[in-house]
Amino acid sequence: MSAAVSVESGFFDCRDSFASTIEALAAADERIVTVVSDSVGSSKLNGFRSKFPERMVNVGIAEQTLVAVGAGLANGGKVPFVSAASCFITGRALEQVKADIVYTNVNVKLIGQSSGVAYGELGPTHHSIEDMAWLRLLNNLTLIVPADPWQTEHAIRAAAAIDGPVFVRVSRMPVPALEHAGAFEVGKAEVLFEGDDAAIIANGTMVHRALAAAKSLAGEGIRARVVNMATVNPLDEAAILSAARTGAIVTVEEHSVRGGLGGAVAEVVTAHDPVPMRIMGFPGFLPTGSAEWLMEHFGLTAAAIADAVRQTISRKR
Amino acid sequence: MSSAPVHAPASNDVIATIRDKALWIRRRSFQMVYEAQLGHPGGDFSAADILATLFFGVLRYDPERPDDPGRDRFVMSKGHCTGAFYSVLAAAGFFSESELSTYMQPLSRLNGHPNRNYLAGVETNTGPLGHGLPVATGIAIAGQIDAAGFRTFVLTGDGELQEGSNWEAALTAGHRRLENLTLIIDRNRLQQGARTEETASLDPLDDKWRAFGWQVEVVDGHDHAQLLEVLSASPRGRGRPLCVIANTFKGKGVSFMHDNVAWHHGVPNKEQYEQAMAELV
Repeated sequence: MSAAVSVESGFFDCRDSFASTIEALAAADERIVTVVSDSVGSSKLNGFRSKFPERMVNVGIAEQTLVAVGAGLANGGKVPFVSAASCFITGRALEQVKADIVYTNVNVKLIGQSSGVAYGELGPTHHSIEDMAWLRLLNNLTLIVPADPWQTEHAIRAAAAIDGPVFVRVSRMPVPALEHAGAFEVGKAEVLFEGDDAAIIANGTMVHRALAAAKSLAGEGIRARVVNMATVNPLDEAAILSAARTGAIVTVEEHSVRGGLGGAVAEVVTAHDPVPMRIMGFPGFLPTGSAEWLMEHFGLTAAAIADAVRQTISRKR
Repeated sequence: MSSAPVHAPASNDVIATIRDKALWIRRRSFQMVYEAQLGHPGGDFSAADILATLFFGVLRYDPERPDDPGRDRFVMSKGHCTGAFYSVLAAAGFFSESELSTYMQPLSRLNGHPNRNYLAGVETNTGPLGHGLPVATGIAIAGQIDAAGFRTFVLTGDGELQEGSNWEAALTAGHRRLENLTLIIDRNRLQQGARTEETASLDPLDDKWRAFGWQVEVVDGHDHAQLLEVLSASPRGRGRPLCVIANTFKGKGVSFMHDNVAWHHGVPNKEQYEQAMAELV
């Protein structure tokens, strides 16, 4: 594992994992450059800038040009990692992401930092709870939402190895290091907790909460499978169909309930044998409050996930 | 390599070739628009001389090796003018001229706006305006980092400069002193529905680019010798990106289309087509 810095005992900031991994990759591949929009510190790229000053392109506060310059650098033979707050790199520059990166199909890595509600008190302009929905519509964009520092490292390494556009959604919310079943593979979900009574499909910062819910449910005899769906594009349909065979699915994401992971899972489930589902996430523009408070308030907690599982099981046909 | 040596003085042969190609681009693109009953012929005609000069007098490229890392790059930011763009790419050997007759037909590679995954010679997919200069800026930065010898050219419309993304890129290119980057503005003074100066005025356009740290040259965008001289001059030591304001006319070359906003995306009937072809000789 990369040298992630502990936020509090046993919890980590995935941006540290991104930063150490990109520095290691850049040391081995001189084509790698970073592109930022005055987002050096928020991307934790101060170390990269010190080591490779000529390989960091800072376009200033200009996200459209940030993304477009990434496309141009790829045309010129570079492997650009374009890093900025997820709310701006998607919402502000969505047409550049669509046309310059994904439709043109260039070898650019977009790193959406501090995604979800990490900027809690700053409000909906700075929340990025629409990004998964916008991005998963771009069908040749690989979209990865890692759950912990280990998976962040491997998502960044996988992004570098893919010859094409990739988006990695990185959180700054403290998360614990998870016990992983095996090597990270793009497009493959991993089952972190076995169970056949129901399935919880989660990604990003919600995975450890889903695990806590499953463990508490196990204490009352309910076995809920926990599926870490880190890759949203391409989607692991086999893992979803297997989850559907439990007869009840709960999805959990640090994202709007509309169009994100839950929507993606529902599209697959409804095309086959529909089963009762519950999509957990945020309802839309959110009130002010810390990220942790917002998650509590909108029911993205282990206890609320466990409740949702019980309710969805009760709807089984 | 199909281009002339970059630093050679403009010979009469080169000028004659450019003149012939520009006429051919106008005739062929207008045929495409007539057959498809779709297109943007007014802008095709304002850009025809610029494109002919670039591809037959300035750019270093090999259509057999379109991904050559050392090639000069040309980014067609005014991506709606595919009549002229596809015509010049075909004339330059990137694909067969006969394919031009498929323009905008179902499943044709010749989409209304260019796609590099279909066609060699297209550097980036354009269509929405204000995308070409920021991407070209990124290409030029890659060349700057590597101290590579290639140059990057981008052709925008003038109405297109109302998109703010251009000015973000103008700041970055000026800040980084990208002397390997050349912007050509097809300054025909007409946008889709009206004159630029009646819509969101751009003048004094030269002062704007100078203020952003660019060198500015103003030329007659239909004068091949002027275009060739300013575009083929060595950028070394310029220390700034170059903006060439090419004063042009929409519909240049056909009397009833000349400086007429109706021909932004107007398409000809049979009589108009025949009259235009009679004038384009």
